[in-house]
Amino acid sequence: MIRIDKLSKKYKNAEDYSVRNLDLFIEEGEIFGLLGPNGAGKTTLISMLSSLLKPTSGAFSIDGLNYETHTNELKRRVGIVPQEYALYPSLTAFENLSYFGSMYGLIGSPLKNSILEHIEILGLSRFAHKKIDNFSGGMKRRINLIASILHRPKVLFLDEPTVGVDVQSKNVIIEYLKQLNAEGTTILYTSHHLNEAEHFCTRVGIIDLGEIVCKGEPSTLVAQQKDANNLEEVFLVQTGKALRDHA
Amino acid sequence: MLKLWASTYKEILLLTRDWGGLAILFLMPLLLVITITLVQNETFKTLKASKIPILLVDNDRGEVSKTIFEKLESSAVLKVERESTEASVKERVRTGEYQLGIVIPKNLSRDLNLKVAENVDGILEKFGLEEDHTPLVKSKLKPKEVRLYFDPATPVSFRNSIKSGIDQMISKIETETIYEAFQEELTDDPSEEIFDTEPFIVFNEIVPSGGKKEIIPNSTQHNIPAWTLFAIFFIILPLSINMVKEKNQGTYVRLRTQPVSYATFLGGKAVVFLAVALLQFGLMLLVGVFLFPGIGLPKLDIVGRLPLLFLVAFFAGLAAVGLGLLLGTIAKTQEQSAPFGATLVVILAALGGVWVPVFAMPGFMQTLSNISPMNWGLNAFYDVFLRNVGINELLPEMALLTLFFLLTTFIAIAYNERKNVV
Repeated sequence: MIRIDKLSKKYKNAEDYSVRNLDLFIEEGEIFGLLGPNGAGKTTLISMLSSLLKPTSGAFSIDGLNYETHTNELKRRVGIVPQEYALYPSLTAFENLSYFGSMYGLIGSPLKNSILEHIEILGLSRFAHKKIDNFSGGMKRRINLIASILHRPKVLFLDEPTVGVDVQSKNVIIEYLKQLNAEGTTILYTSHHLNEAEHFCTRVGIIDLGEIVCKGEPSTLVAQQKDANNLEEVFLVQTGKALRDHA
Repeated sequence: MLKLWASTYKEILLLTRDWGGLAILFLMPLLLVITITLVQNETFKTLKASKIPILLVDNDRGEVSKTIFEKLESSAVLKVERESTEASVKERVRTGEYQLGIVIPKNLSRDLNLKVAENVDGILEKFGLEEDHTPLVKSKLKPKEVRLYFDPATPVSFRNSIKSGIDQMISKIETETIYEAFQEELTDDPSEEIFDTEPFIVFNEIVPSGGKKEIIPNSTQHNIPAWTLFAIFFIILPLSINMVKEKNQGTYVRLRTQPVSYATFLGGKAVVFLAVALLQFGLMLLVGVFLFPGIGLPKLDIVGRLPLLFLVAFFAGLAAVGLGLLLGTIAKTQEQSAPFGATLVVILAALGGVWVPVFAMPGFMQTLSNISPMNWGLNAFYDVFLRNVGINELLPEMALLTLFFLLTTFIAIAYNERKNVV
């Protein structure tokens, strides 16, 4: 479903590559977790796959479509959930979703039905006509997710979709993502919540300094790592304990 | 088309949810036009109603200084107050207490009469009309200097018009003195009118009109086009701020991941802000027609011109929107877009002739003025408001404004493409 070949990204004036010769293949129907410390290259990789950044070298295709030759078609098949709340605060939830849905080419009843269905599932029906400005962090996260899945994408990229939300919201989001996956959506997800990733993902890859240092099923990685009892311990062994502050 | 409509509708919602922003967008331009027209109109009326006090030092105490005093006193704009010394005049003008002080030199009347008498005698002698044939002795009189003291803060235009007025008055006094000298030499009867001293050349001010209707320019007909255009171009501020906001709140990043072009994104904004510009224009016309007469200003005459006025406003708005889209694309923060946008509009207005007419600018500024979209817009507005032209005469300006919109929008799209290749 997602094929990445020798993908590299070096920003202008940067000393080093943010993503270096990265190869990855994600099967259809997988939930792939991309885990790594700050500055490891997770967001850069997702940004390239989302057409926000142009790769320095290498290539990738999604659902058989090359990113350079089929950019718009590829965008129609992919949904991207950004880390920040990419919503208009002065518009209501329904107005935000109508607008972003129409940018995927949805119109009329299909758009309206898709909005109503998703806000119902994610527990926001009562707030559909309230302004986003008045929403809590968890509610905004859920609207942020819905805005990216109204067109029922084949592939979904999520950049830290549960950061800064309460346990209840997190639970609703994760459960719904599992449902989407069960219906056929392939998911690529980044997170710092290693426990969440361990239980949510079918496969994970740990990325550090722009390269994937290990990948596999969470349970397999834990079993393969000597003296590791969970994914977090595998992560620390693979990426080290040194702080990764950067500016 | 669906995406363009959705983008337009979103912009309408965003705009109508921001009441403060809307008020600024519509009320401030109205306030601007009303204030400027009131100031200019009232200044003119004030000059006529309450005269400007000036100081006069009469060191001559003769016929000439008396005539100067009487003529100044009878002026529509000046009120003369006598002062005893030149030093005092100098000080009171320097401190801004008075805008003008006039110092008439000693013996002006005596010397002028002497000089004129010498000249008249000389002429009459040449014609052989002089009874006394004693050879004339030239008195070697030095030219007399009437000193004008101006407050340094006095505008140059006012200074020049006063200087020109006094110059004319003194020339007239000299001429009359010459006539009187001839009269005295040629006849013993003072009631006999040898010369007709009434001006032979008179001025008749005519404003040529393109149509049958006579156009009488007034402060409203001049101010509404200039300041309306200024207000229309100020739309680049809210437009660029709107775009910067989109970038900062992440919505633009989401749009970049969606199958929608930057041109569509800009299109929605262009449609709405162009509509805002036209609404602003309509409101300003309403104010000129209905409010101005109520507050003592001349009524704006738009009869028979409305379609052409809106046509010009449309193209001027288009140019302003193009500039706003470019600024919003380039600016990263509101701190960049707001001051830059405001300064740019003021510069374009200055170049366009909103404050100082283009013909009064230095040569190189006149050349620069030709590339200011505000100059094209202002010319087009004056063509409709004051020159009563038809649509054909407006085509060059409208074409230039459209080209400006296309060029700025194209640069915005190209810049955005280039910027996103990080």
